[in-house]
Amino acid sequence: ASRVVVASRNYADFASEATFEIKKCDLHRLEEGPSTTAVMTREEGLHYYKTMQTIRRMELKSDQLYKQKIIRGFCHLYDGQEACCVGLEVAIKPTDHVITAYRAHGFTYARGVPVREILAELTGRKGGCVKGKGGSMHMYTKNFYGGNGIVGAQVPLGAGIALACKYFGKNEVCLTLYGDGAANQGQIFETYNMAALWKLPCIFICENNRYGMGTSVERAAASTDYYKRGDFIPGLRVDGMDVLCVREAAKFAAEYCRAGKGPILMELQTYRYHGHSMSDPGISYRTREEIQEVRSKSDPITLLKDRMVNTNLASIEELKEIDVAVRKEIEEAAQFATTDPEPPLEELGNHIYFNEPPFEVRGPNQWIRYKSVS
Amino acid sequence: QVTVRDALNQALDEELERDERVFLLGEEVAQYDGAYKISRGLWKKYGDKRVIDTPISEMGFTGIAVGAAMVWLRPVCEFMTFNFSMQAIDQVINSAAKTCYMSSGSIAVPIVFRGPNGASAGVAAQHSQCFAAWYGHCPGLKVVSPWSSEDAKGLLKASIRDDNPVVMLENELLYGVPFEMSEQAQSKDFVVPIGKAKIERQGTHVTLVSHSRPVGHCLEAAAVLAKEGVECEVINLRTIRPMDIETVEASVVKTNHLVTVEGGWPQFGVGAEICARIMEGSAFNYLDAPAVRVTGADVPMPYAKILEDNCIPQVKDIIFAVKKTLNI
Repeated sequence: ASRVVVASRNYADFASEATFEIKKCDLHRLEEGPSTTAVMTREEGLHYYKTMQTIRRMELKSDQLYKQKIIRGFCHLYDGQEACCVGLEVAIKPTDHVITAYRAHGFTYARGVPVREILAELTGRKGGCVKGKGGSMHMYTKNFYGGNGIVGAQVPLGAGIALACKYFGKNEVCLTLYGDGAANQGQIFETYNMAALWKLPCIFICENNRYGMGTSVERAAASTDYYKRGDFIPGLRVDGMDVLCVREAAKFAAEYCRAGKGPILMELQTYRYHGHSMSDPGISYRTREEIQEVRSKSDPITLLKDRMVNTNLASIEELKEIDVAVRKEIEEAAQFATTDPEPPLEELGNHIYFNEPPFEVRGPNQWIRYKSVS
Repeated sequence: QVTVRDALNQALDEELERDERVFLLGEEVAQYDGAYKISRGLWKKYGDKRVIDTPISEMGFTGIAVGAAMVWLRPVCEFMTFNFSMQAIDQVINSAAKTCYMSSGSIAVPIVFRGPNGASAGVAAQHSQCFAAWYGHCPGLKVVSPWSSEDAKGLLKASIRDDNPVVMLENELLYGVPFEMSEQAQSKDFVVPIGKAKIERQGTHVTLVSHSRPVGHCLEAAAVLAKEGVECEVINLRTIRPMDIETVEASVVKTNHLVTVEGGWPQFGVGAEICARIMEGSAFNYLDAPAVRVTGADVPMPYAKILEDNCIPQVKDIIFAVKKTLNI
C-alpha cells in the first residue's frame, strides 16, 4: 500500500519535553504522596500513545473476531483501561513481576508479547503465545504470571512472587492486580495480613472500573474506598484514566516497596467501555449516557493526545500516522491469527508435568492414548 | 529403627540443607516445632527465612506458596491436616496443578503440599477425611501416600526434588511407629521414585493392594492367613498418581484374585479406580473372581470408639474379604 505523506515537518520544531499538572492522589496512612506534576518527554509520549492505541485497537479487533465466532469462550476486553497497564509498565522494570486476573490482554502486550501471538492465542492457534493451550485468560511471558481465571486467586500468588523477590534479595517488586469485584474476596485480606506481617515487596493494585460484572461497587461493597481496604497497609487512590498519574503513583509505590517498607496498595479509578465479557452488552446495569460521557471526557488516549498536541510534543498528523501504523499491525496480526493452523492433536497430552520423562495420557476411552512430553 | 516422624524430619533437614531454595511454611511449623513435631528443631537450625510460621489463613498462605514456586523457590507447604486443605483446594488445583499445562510448559510449580490425611483416633467427622481420591483425580498433580519410614523419607525427598506439584498424604497414627531402615535408606541421597509401587510381601493366592496405614493391616491379615495356608501378595502403592497399575496387573496375573484396601470412602475411591483399570487391562482375563474392595464405611466418621472402630477397615475385614474372594 502506498503511504501518503500527510505533512512534512521538521522534528526540531517539537518540544523535547513538557511538564503537566496531574491530579493529587487521595492518601491512606501516608504523609506524602506522588508528585502532582509529571514531566514527559516527546519519546515517552509517543511510546505511551502508540502502546495504548495498539491495545485499544487490539481489543476492538478481538471484539470483531469474537462476533465472527473466530474467538470462542470467555473474552474480557480492556478498552478504556489502557492508561492503567501502560502507566504501570513504564514505571517498573522488565525484571519486576506482574500478575493480574482475566482482563489481561493489555498487560500481556505491555509485558512484551507481540499482538499476533495474543490474537493467535485468542483464536486458539499453534502460534499463540502458549500454543493455544491457554486462551484469553491464561497468557504468560517472562515475569508475567497471567491471566488467572479464578477471581482473587491471583492475589496470594502475587504475594508469593513478592516473597520470592525478598527471599532472593534482588530488589524486585511484584504488581498484584485485582478488580473492584475481587476486592471483596477473603483471600485478599489474608494476603494483606501476611504481606504486611512479612514486609513483602508487593504492590496491591485494585483496578476499580466501577462494576464487578453487573454489580456496581455501591451494591457490592460496604466500603468503596478500595485504597483503604488494606487497613494497616498504606494506600493511594489514583486517576486511572491518566497515564501520567498512574506512572507517577506506580513509581512512588515501587520506591516504597524497594525501600523495604513492606506492601502498599493503589486503587486505580478507571472504566471499561465493553461489558464484563463478550456475552455482556454492558448496558443493563449502566446507561449508554454514562459510557458516552467517559468516552468524551476521560478517554485515556484522547487525554494524552490533547496534552501532546497542546504542548507541541507532537502534531496531530504525526499521531494519525501512528494510528495508521497501528491499524496495519493489528490487521496483519489478525490475518495471522485467522490463518495459522490449530495446534496438532499430539499437543493435547503435552506439558502436564514439567521436566518429566515422556509418559502416556488416557484419552476419552482406554484405547485412545496421547503421549505427554514436557 | 526409625519412626515415620523422625524419617520425615530427616528428609526435611537434608533437603533444606541441600538446596537453598527449599523452605517450609505452615501453621506452627517453626517455633512450635510442628503441630505433630515433624519439623522439630528445623526453625532453630535454619531460622525465619527457611521455616515460616503462618497465620491461620490456608487459602492465603497456600496461594503465597504456589506463587513463590512459580518463581522457582521450592516451598514445602504444610496443612495441619488435609481436612484444612479444603479451604485452599482452589490454589492446589487451579493455581498449582493446572498451570504448567495452561502455560504450555512456560511456568513450573515445584511445590510440595504435605500433612496428615485420613482417620486419626477419636477426632470425629470434620478431622478424619481421606483425600487420596480427590487429589488423585486431577491431572497435573502427583499424589504420594507413604506407609513405612523408608517410604516417608524417600518419597518426601523425591517430592521436594520433583519440579511438579506433589501432594503427600501422611498419616498421623503412623508418625510414632518405628520401622527398620536400611543403611541405604539412611543416606542423604536416598529417594523413593514417585510412581512405583512396592511389593511388601510375596504371595501366590491373592493380591492385596493398599496405601498408607492399611498396608500394615494387610500384612497383619497376611500373617494370619498364612497360618491357614493362604499366601497373600501385599502391594504398597506408595504413589496414588501416577498409579503403578502395571505392578498390580502383574500380581493379579500371578494370583488371579484381587482385594483393594483403603481408609477412604468407597464411592469413587482409590479401590474403584484400581478395579476399573484391571477390567480394562490384560489382567482381567486372569481374574478367577470379581475384584473386591475394602474401604472406610460410607458415613462421616463418628466419635464413639466402638463406632469409629467399625468405620475403619480392620484386619478382620480384610481377612473376611480375602476368604470371600477365594470362596473359602
